[in-house]
Amino acid sequence: MATPLLELVDVTKQFPGVRALDGVSATLERGEVHVLFGENGAGKSTLISMVAGVHQPTSGEIRFEGEPVTFASVHEARARGISAVFQEFSLVPTLSVAENLFLGDEPRRFGLLQPRRQRAMARDLLARIGFDIDVDLPVGRLSRAQQQMVEIAKAFRGELKLLILDEPTASLSEKETERLFALVDQLRVRGIGILYITHRLQEIRQIADRITVLRDGRQIATVDARIPERELIEMMAGRAIAEIYPAIAHRPGEVMLELDAVSTASGVAGASLTVRRGEVVGIAGLVGCGKSEVMRAAFGADRLTAGTVRFRGQAQPRPRPSAMWRAGFFYLPPDRREEGLVLSFPARANITLPALRDRRHRAWPFGLSARAERATARDLARRVDLADRNLGRPVGLLSGGNQQKALFAKGLSTDIALYVFDEPTVGVDVGTRATLYALIKELAEGGAAVVVVSSDLPEVMHLSHRLYVMAGGRVTAELSGPEITETAVLRHFFDHSAETAS
Amino acid sequence: MKATTSAPAEIARPQPAGERIAALVFRIGVLPILMIAALAVFTGLSDQFLTIQNLTNLLRQSVYLILVALGQMLALITGGFDLSVGTIIALTSVIAAMAMTAIGADLPDAAWIAILGGCAAGFLAAAGVGLVNGVGIAYFGVSPFIMTLGVQSVGFGLALYLTGGVPVSGLPPEFSDVLGFGTVLGIPTPVLICIAAILAALLLLERTALGRHFYAVGGNAKAATLSGIETRRVLLAAYIICALLAAVSGLLLTARTESGEANLGGTVALESIAACVIAGVSLRGGMGRVGSVVLGAIFIGLIQNGMNLASIGSYLQMVVLGALLVCAVIADQLRHRFQR
Repeated sequence: MATPLLELVDVTKQFPGVRALDGVSATLERGEVHVLFGENGAGKSTLISMVAGVHQPTSGEIRFEGEPVTFASVHEARARGISAVFQEFSLVPTLSVAENLFLGDEPRRFGLLQPRRQRAMARDLLARIGFDIDVDLPVGRLSRAQQQMVEIAKAFRGELKLLILDEPTASLSEKETERLFALVDQLRVRGIGILYITHRLQEIRQIADRITVLRDGRQIATVDARIPERELIEMMAGRAIAEIYPAIAHRPGEVMLELDAVSTASGVAGASLTVRRGEVVGIAGLVGCGKSEVMRAAFGADRLTAGTVRFRGQAQPRPRPSAMWRAGFFYLPPDRREEGLVLSFPARANITLPALRDRRHRAWPFGLSARAERATARDLARRVDLADRNLGRPVGLLSGGNQQKALFAKGLSTDIALYVFDEPTVGVDVGTRATLYALIKELAEGGAAVVVVSSDLPEVMHLSHRLYVMAGGRVTAELSGPEITETAVLRHFFDHSAETAS
Repeated sequence: MKATTSAPAEIARPQPAGERIAALVFRIGVLPILMIAALAVFTGLSDQFLTIQNLTNLLRQSVYLILVALGQMLALITGGFDLSVGTIIALTSVIAAMAMTAIGADLPDAAWIAILGGCAAGFLAAAGVGLVNGVGIAYFGVSPFIMTLGVQSVGFGLALYLTGGVPVSGLPPEFSDVLGFGTVLGIPTPVLICIAAILAALLLLERTALGRHFYAVGGNAKAATLSGIETRRVLLAAYIICALLAAVSGLLLTARTESGEANLGGTVALESIAACVIAGVSLRGGMGRVGSVVLGAIFIGLIQNGMNLASIGSYLQMVVLGALLVCAVIADQLRHRFQR
């Protein structure tokens, strides 16, 4: 048998304080689609970043076409025919599609750029892979899905032997996804190896040949793609599904939040939904479907352009975060480092930040009581199972799971009646997830209204009593109880009415 | 089913010796080292430097910069800065002096009413400038650089226009006697006022919600907004308090020079930013301590005093000061890199 295209031998990556990858060995054959499966933080990204030349392994060996290689940079890996499409786009919004496609590798003659030839080459490239985008448009004007396509197209610029795709469908529509899969099939026939990261079981069934499951940086197994779903999930999580997701009692009470035909400049187009006390409402949908934005608009983080928001029976013509928070609305942002935490603050100060003006933190005659603040932080940390020793450390230095616990604790610091958790468990380990889910159960059963917005399908499906599915800025389905199945949810992920209308 | 996997991320980093020294510098900052170096150099250059009299003199002279630097620190902590502090000093001085002479002309026997009225007018003018800065930055999203640069030109122009470029004299003598040259229990009044301001700043930053909100807005404005903090009001407060602290400095300087002058505070923007940055206030916002900033301002004063004694001309002093600022910013960058 021929040597595999790519071979990882006992590859380990040590970051300061964290062993991100621990002795992973795997192979990728020519023409194989090999899926990396695991939770956030399992080491998938670390693994592909080493193959792509972003990082170098601490120990172990990467063999490409049979010979050991060390790539000092993405550039070197690319020169050997390894291209990666990462989740974060590396596009310059003000430059055109053609300029972006050839950025850093512009066609030149006598040191001068040849814009016309570049445009022709760009058109050629896009036609070859079956994407239809105007090459003269600035990338900033494209939709997220189109930007994703440009990003993928960039990988085809040079000679390609190995393609790495990191959740490429996260922002693609059904049609675009099909086109991408057709492209993947084409590549397979041409003998190109593909490393593919996805969370979607359906995609695995559709295109994967083999699957490597990672958890906490360790390789759990490499299996054939025909493995039953349940086994795969349990392998990923390291425990039975029933142990992760608690059963939450459903006792719906009065309506807390009512959105009617809400629109925003950020992509919500007439979404309506209601949330009651004592229930967990999920919102699912593709990246860019408006599921996050609709709750941001209700909280006042995104601007409302049309529609009405009623919170606790009160109409909110122009919701503002400060006022909404005071009225009992907590919004947990999806990106804790970017929007959630003040990284230079100790965990304690982050937890108490919304509650500093509260009377119980006042010292005589005015100002803050350090002791009262400490006590509050300690109590709340206990409720989210965050160890005391983490409280005094800058929150930026804590693990992802502990940061997320601190962020949850923040929402407990004041009187809250509606909790909106936007991507509540991004990049946290299973243990922390179980803790956070238990807290969600406690809050909902205690009579609060809870909204879970999540791209993690099993998460929203298992936690929600009712589930809204959104596409194209509108609510495309409302499912409840036993109606919530993966097939039913996915069917509504794509806004068919909009596609036929346009 | 409690956390089974959270341990690895919390293992402390192993620290080689070089990193330990870096960590120490990171914690105490470069300021103490610079201070000792400067003391040694100037003691060598001039035998008048290390005398009680010169050092008390130095402290007294530093008062004006300390006050401005405290205000500047607030702007820096929120992630901005204030280039218009010099202008605020000039405007305060001119307007307070004009108000004092005007009231003094009407009520020649009530010197203290004139003084209080003048000071009030000065504070009001400063608060107005702070308000304009704050509104522009917080509510219209103008970058602090452009906003305060523009305002600094507007304010300076106004101060010159109001006075025609001529110092306003004829202030009540009590004003200078008490606030310029007076002492209480042997301590100069400006020093006492400065100490009060330092204590107030400490209280504000360490012991009030508003103070914590300054750090939060500078550390992560988005997180602050989503935590229910009125980010814009916090920014507004920072620029107004900054202006008021500069106004205190302006009034004390007016008392010292016994006239209202548009030329007071020419280089104070540069000096106050340098004092803060040397003291470890991050230009990215969210970091800064009152004690360090006071030391930073004294350090700038010390450099100037030392160079004066060593008869280094004012032209060269500008060179040194500018270079010092740039070096401090480089140190800040390196520190940031180390922090990651």
